[in-house]
Amino acid sequence: MVRKLLLEKAHLEGIRGYDVYRREGGYRSVEKALGEMTPDQVTDEVKKSGLRGRGGAGFPTGMKWSFIAKPEGVPRHLVCNADESEPGTFKDRYLMEFLPHLLIEGLIVSSYALGSHVTYIYVRGEYSWVIDILETAIGEAKANGWIGNNILGKGFDLEIYVHRGAGAYICGEETALLESLEGKRGLPRIKPPFPAVKGVWDRPTVVNNVETLAAVVPIILIGGEEYAKIGVGKSTGTKLISTCGNINKPGVYEIDMTISVEDFIYSEEYCGGIPNGKKLKACIPGGSSVPILPANLLLKTVKGEKRLMNYESLADGGFVKGSMMGSGGFIVLDEDQCVVKHTLTLARFYRHESCGQCSPCREGTGWMEKILRNIDTGKGKMSDIDLLWDIQRRIEGNTICPLGDAAAWPVAAAIRHFRDEFEWHVLNPEESQKRNYGLAHYADPLEPAVAAV
Amino acid sequence: MAEEKKLFKVTIDNIAIEVEPGTSILNAARRIGGEVAPPAMCYYSTLKGSGGKCRTCLVEVAAGSTADQRPMPKLVASCRTNVMDGMIVKNVTSEKVLDARKGIVEFLLINHPLDCPICDQAGECSLQDLSYQHGTEGTRYEFKRRTFEKHDIGPYIQLHMTRCILCYRCVYVADQLTNRREHGILDRADHSEIATYIHKALENDFIGNVIDVCPVGALTDKTFRFKNRVWFLKPLDAHRNCLKCSGKVTLWNRGEEVFRVTARKDQWGEVKDFICNECRFEKKKTADWVIEGPTRIDRHSVISGNHYVDIVEPKEIMPEVMGGRNPKLLMDINQVSEVNRKDIDLSEIPGPAHSEDFEKENS
Repeated sequence: MVRKLLLEKAHLEGIRGYDVYRREGGYRSVEKALGEMTPDQVTDEVKKSGLRGRGGAGFPTGMKWSFIAKPEGVPRHLVCNADESEPGTFKDRYLMEFLPHLLIEGLIVSSYALGSHVTYIYVRGEYSWVIDILETAIGEAKANGWIGNNILGKGFDLEIYVHRGAGAYICGEETALLESLEGKRGLPRIKPPFPAVKGVWDRPTVVNNVETLAAVVPIILIGGEEYAKIGVGKSTGTKLISTCGNINKPGVYEIDMTISVEDFIYSEEYCGGIPNGKKLKACIPGGSSVPILPANLLLKTVKGEKRLMNYESLADGGFVKGSMMGSGGFIVLDEDQCVVKHTLTLARFYRHESCGQCSPCREGTGWMEKILRNIDTGKGKMSDIDLLWDIQRRIEGNTICPLGDAAAWPVAAAIRHFRDEFEWHVLNPEESQKRNYGLAHYADPLEPAVAAV
Repeated sequence: MAEEKKLFKVTIDNIAIEVEPGTSILNAARRIGGEVAPPAMCYYSTLKGSGGKCRTCLVEVAAGSTADQRPMPKLVASCRTNVMDGMIVKNVTSEKVLDARKGIVEFLLINHPLDCPICDQAGECSLQDLSYQHGTEGTRYEFKRRTFEKHDIGPYIQLHMTRCILCYRCVYVADQLTNRREHGILDRADHSEIATYIHKALENDFIGNVIDVCPVGALTDKTFRFKNRVWFLKPLDAHRNCLKCSGKVTLWNRGEEVFRVTARKDQWGEVKDFICNECRFEKKKTADWVIEGPTRIDRHSVISGNHYVDIVEPKEIMPEVMGGRNPKLLMDINQVSEVNRKDIDLSEIPGPAHSEDFEKENS
């Protein structure tokens, strides 16, 4: 059995409330951090743990914390990014909904480490009931002396505010989030300066994902070195994976990053296999922005090794033969799913969510959607496939924020791995409206990798 | 004596230049001039916070600085990236940059109506210049172009949203020059538009400057609408005593008639001294102005064609960029044509040239 650090107590009745949470050992990390440790020691523990940002990019959290500028007399802020809007990702919602106090506990410890006296939780607007849960939990924590002035008599003051977003995917990008938090249009800022130097209201700011901040709690409790022993290589600790699509048991799972992708999909403990005896066609392992992988490349890397559910292994093979851990939104497609339609759905999403600030993303995402719609409805041309490739190539890397890349990668990967399916749609326009292309050779074993010369 | 500031040495397209710390790559490149200066559609030196949006000024940074020689992984917006000591930048010498720029021009044009024949901006339009320089001759876009509901934004300014490239310059003008901004960007993604929130007119003093900063024909002068093509007009520097602004303007005349008044633009098409609405819209008589003389045009644009005085030829910079070599001619006319011979100067022949003229010289 995998050791659970975050969701261990999630099933307990009443854990959402303060009393049960505290009885089960809640807020011990605050007592430990504020009582026995200096802020720098907390940061050191997080550094030792090797914790990587759980929002998608996987940047080492301890390092991010140590980058924060500390000018005299300027307040610093911690902002919790709970604007989880990536299609396929819903782990943060689960965490906030069932264990709101775990997040608040993590926030208190992290704020202490960073010296933030006013900390914000920026919640996605669509999570309206989660906002109520969080505010209730903050009220309970405040009533019991965990938030407020002079916490535990240690002279540390902290206020936590919940800020409700207005329903824009782009506000999950950290600088757009900060703009939105300031009450402006959620447009990504041009970096540099980075938030660690000039963040919200031009003050040094750290923006972390919900799961990252919650993971600080077990790190303080068991110690950074102990935490780092879980997992493999640079993928330390446990990771929440939200699974959906054609699987028997969709939901949120906590894994320790040593499990193989194959076991994760087919084991009874996790996804429980694919329903109706269907075959696996493809999978997006880390939320809609990361490249889609056909079954053969998903289960084994090009070197013929088993692919594991962790940062390095999922990225093995780069963008051509691999994918990314991303935010942990695990979307499984069986043989009946149409990759063209699927890509169109994603392209439509990114067109709708582009902020419209910079030209490649604003114009390119709309163009890609229109071409994909043509192919999907049987009006496509062969040249459209190359055109799509060219458009995504010119969006990627040329935009202000990563949304441009996130819009380009799914299209690129779909064409790279499923070009025959696109071509079938173009060559069989009438048939493509009646049935799906189905499973080609996507589940065939990989050819043995050729040694690099 | 003040301590001498250390200058940063930066190499752009093989040309080295020393600039003050804090200078952007774009401004350093503009100091060199010519093709080395990247095109800019949204950056405006006199507007704080502008730039970074259109992505036409992307350049490749081949070496970050002397201390950190690593190249930057992505192309960077030169208008919003500051130079470092020892930085090596590639603009026209980088295939990647030229390809990306081609892509940007295509993106900017797919939803542009291309109604230049009826657009008042034609001839002094940055998007026209950009497409001539970096665009392709055809389009690969086969869909309906984007349209918007029409908004009337008052008696002075005409808004054509379909032409807009969303550079945000006009938003910065309203923020930084007027006392209240009444327009902004509404909506998101490719349907975002410049508009007032609930159909208001733009009437602030100085709001007329949005016309000058607009790189395309999205915001044009209503008092000049369809009156004349800009290249038929003669620009004259003029001034008047104005209590609100510097009063330094360019008059666009045909004979004695003043067709329009604009602020003075520099060689990068940017206004340094913004003018007030009164100077721009109300003073349309030559008698209102003290005329200084013809405007010096040193910008590559249709309006600088042929018949203006004081045209400054841009410096030929390509040989320097290419390390001393001259750009390769695609076709040397003397090699492929027997008619055109180097030793015969056509302008020396009185009247039309005949085959005899060439044969005579041959013998």
